[in-house]
Amino acid sequence: MFRRSSPWQEKESEVTPQSVYLNRRQIMTGAGALFGLTALGGIAASARETRTLAPLKAMKSDFDPGEELTPESAVTSYNNYYEFGTNKDDPAAEAWRLKVKPWTVKVDGMTDKPGNYALEDIVDYNALEERIYRLRCVEAWSMVIPWLGVPLAPLIRKLAPQSGAKFVRFETLADKSQMPGIRWPVIDWPYVEGLRMDEALNPLAFLAVGLYGKELPNQNGAPVRLVVPWKYGFKSIKSIVRISFTDDMPRTAWMKSAPSEYGFYSNVNPEVDHPRWSQARERRIGEFGRRETLMFNGYGEWVADLYRGMDLQKNY
Amino acid sequence: MPKVPMNVLRFGLKPLAFVAMLLPFLWLAYSWYFAFQGLPNGLGVNPQEASNRFTGDWALRFLLLTLAVTPFSKLIKSPKPILFRRMIGLYALFYAVAHVTSYVWLDLYFAWGDIWADILKRTYITVGMAALLLLIPLGVTSTKGWIRRMGSRRWRKLHMAIYAIAPLAVIHFFMMRKGIQIEPLVYGAIYLALMVPRVKARLVTRRRASPA
Repeated sequence: MFRRSSPWQEKESEVTPQSVYLNRRQIMTGAGALFGLTALGGIAASARETRTLAPLKAMKSDFDPGEELTPESAVTSYNNYYEFGTNKDDPAAEAWRLKVKPWTVKVDGMTDKPGNYALEDIVDYNALEERIYRLRCVEAWSMVIPWLGVPLAPLIRKLAPQSGAKFVRFETLADKSQMPGIRWPVIDWPYVEGLRMDEALNPLAFLAVGLYGKELPNQNGAPVRLVVPWKYGFKSIKSIVRISFTDDMPRTAWMKSAPSEYGFYSNVNPEVDHPRWSQARERRIGEFGRRETLMFNGYGEWVADLYRGMDLQKNY
Repeated sequence: MPKVPMNVLRFGLKPLAFVAMLLPFLWLAYSWYFAFQGLPNGLGVNPQEASNRFTGDWALRFLLLTLAVTPFSKLIKSPKPILFRRMIGLYALFYAVAHVTSYVWLDLYFAWGDIWADILKRTYITVGMAALLLLIPLGVTSTKGWIRRMGSRRWRKLHMAIYAIAPLAVIHFFMMRKGIQIEPLVYGAIYLALMVPRVKARLVTRRRASPA
């Protein structure tokens, strides 16, 4: 049994070792036994081909909270990616169906350089950076993940948004043939996210193409995803196929799904509760108890200025 | 249906059913034994979330199973399945209590302020709590002594609360999931399917009771 002391005071030696891994197949087998309710049955079984993730070279950066990394096995097996199913282990089981090469990103809206760009034209694979960021999910759990990628700001500038453009809108692939979860109307597909232009130009905003020294696994949003660590995880949109510049605040997928629960900004804020979850504390994956959630997920020195004068109770 | 002798039912099948329905809990306890030590376990990297969901799933399944007993009994034209109904109902309560215990102890670690705030502020938790509070008196009065004390009419009336408890549990599950998800809807459909013969029977009795 465990002790009553706060688990975040535990010694490093007592923190759950890397060997912790997900084995929810077992749960589902047991759970499904009575009523056969495995959430997404019925997908035609086809041969599973796993992609070998190529190692990526990247320079180290200063972005490192100095906290213990969440084991790679947890990062790649415990995912919310509803296009592949709504259980945490569905993406790892189903995302192999996603074809990530070649990958094209459509750029449109208020830009002087619209068009269809090959991923390699947007992301310079010779100039990758490693950034270790905290990731805080709205479901009150968190991880620490070493991402590889490029900062978003230079890319935005390269894509030449017009002066009237105030927002960047991102869209995830929505292809039924590759994404079994899309058969269900969980949300209004495709998944849409957005940032205010100054948020997108913030030095923290990052476009990831890898983690733990390798290409992104499909279940983590391959081949390219956003990482905005001061916002709840769902803002960090995965498998981006479209970037649009607009003067209209984008209606994000979750805003459409439950307008009273999700706002546009979705900054990590322990003082503003989500209707389903208190946001005051979080469980760091691998730790037993909960730790206090930090304002802006601990990135206030970088981003607090973006929201100066705004009522964050209203602009949640 | 093959005829099953009464003593085989009582002393063979009943204990067997008791053990079978305990198996999910034994698996949970076995998994937590490893999870507590930080060892690989069937609950995965967020064992608290997994065990909240696991116990909730099973509470809901047993709630629906207990509602299925009477229709099943009518279907096979034998009262014998009724022998199992109380045990299934008590297991529903057992897993519901395990569900709350998982949340209060393992997940929130007795942070009563947070728990109270959750019950008041998170509608799905309010609804789930209401379902549990309604289920407890049914468990308490499930004994022969209580049936005698209450009288069968009043006892039956009280135990009709199960028709409200099950949908509350389904609603709790539906609200807890993000977006529109299929799993809670399947449970909801099963509930409705189990209620159809009851509502039909009711309408028939009423028509008979009131001569046209």
